[in-house]
Amino acid sequence: MTLIALANPSRFHALAARVLPWLAGATFVAFVVAGVAASYAPDDYQQGATVKIMFIHVPAAWLGIFAWVLMSAAALGTLVWRHPLADVAAKAAAPIGAAFTLMCLLTGSLWGRPMWGTYWVWDARLTSVLILFLMYLGVIALWRTIEDPARAARAAAVLTLVGFINIPIIKFSVDWWNTLHQGASVLRLGGSTIHVSMLIPLIAMLVAFTFLFITLHLAAMRNEILRRRLRTMMMLQADAAA
Amino acid sequence: MGPLTALLVRDMRMAVRVGGGALIGVVFFLMVVTLVPFAVGPDLALLARIGPAVLWLGALLANLLGLDRLLTSDYEDGSLDLILMARMPVELAVAAKALAHWLTTGLPLVIAAPLLGILLNLDPKASGAVALTLLAGTPALTFIGLIGAALTVALRRGGLLLAILVLPLNTPVLIFGVAASNTAIVGPMPFGPPFAVLCALSLISMVIGPFAAALALRYGLD
Repeated sequence: MTLIALANPSRFHALAARVLPWLAGATFVAFVVAGVAASYAPDDYQQGATVKIMFIHVPAAWLGIFAWVLMSAAALGTLVWRHPLADVAAKAAAPIGAAFTLMCLLTGSLWGRPMWGTYWVWDARLTSVLILFLMYLGVIALWRTIEDPARAARAAAVLTLVGFINIPIIKFSVDWWNTLHQGASVLRLGGSTIHVSMLIPLIAMLVAFTFLFITLHLAAMRNEILRRRLRTMMMLQADAAA
Repeated sequence: MGPLTALLVRDMRMAVRVGGGALIGVVFFLMVVTLVPFAVGPDLALLARIGPAVLWLGALLANLLGLDRLLTSDYEDGSLDLILMARMPVELAVAAKALAHWLTTGLPLVIAAPLLGILLNLDPKASGAVALTLLAGTPALTFIGLIGAALTVALRRGGLLLAILVLPLNTPVLIFGVAASNTAIVGPMPFGPPFAVLCALSLISMVIGPFAAALALRYGLD
């Protein structure tokens, strides 16, 4: 089945219905395996058990970035090929990406409390993730402001691509700003190479979280298609009644 | 006079005439700077230390405030449609509009900054540094803002959304603008690198801004 064939919403809907249970099952199994692996991972000699926050924090950060990359690919699909599914994919990815970015911020904050003695420091990584979160909020706000879905899709696509170019620039400038302001005062996380006993559960967690993302994204895309169908039906009904 | 020059002259003329509101940004800038001592206290040493940051923040907000005027009035009276249908490329047309907007909104802020620096106890050297960095950095603010203005032009209440879309993209400009001013005033790092990055940000925005704005206008207006 090609991408062109999937432009038909009914066909996509049928495919999603067939694939989703399997994806959900795979996500569950992956989380069980990764959870067991993570519970057997040793505590850090400096950080103790709090190092296990990493197994949620790092996958959340990865998906926060991954969702924007996916949105950018979908934005190209919207602007270049006018693929109707690309609109739906971009719209469905935005809240999920924002949620994972927020999860990254919250776990980072909880991790910072015992490690740095405060919930928030203007560390370069935290700051650039915060700005990424703000950009997600901007895209979601744009989606929610323009009523016509096709026009909203194109506006959001332009903003997503501008963000795709700008996010590395923002990351670079925040890093530069941080080194200018505070030197080595903050404990560098992940600066040293990670031991294999922690690396394996971390990779397992990354796989599990990625499965979770794909499942949630596919379900959100299906819901969005249903929502649009509902909107069209209601508008037809209103037209008929008028 | 070519079409682009004509557009530039027209926009600048309209900005300075009644209803254009070119200098409102400067007045707003003055107000922000006046309010800061009320918030942080009249300590002159403190004001001199945070002065460059206050001036940059004020200029950024004043610039933001004027952005909804960049395309909206032309959209409302229909002249934006005529500009889009004209034979010149939309990219160049919106670039000319943004340049006119910078000349009437951004440049007055740059000129006002040294005067407002006096209120913040900045010495002439520091005021000069802030004005120079604003001169290099405000084009980036305008051209990034152009994207937001194009995305929100057809919306009824786009003003607040415009700010939400544009502000995160402005962070690099603010970081390097304030950093370049501070290195020029207190050191110890050299002034060159942050200033060069600031200029680079302006140049990148001048390329990306018009293309993204033209894309948004072509697809966003029916």
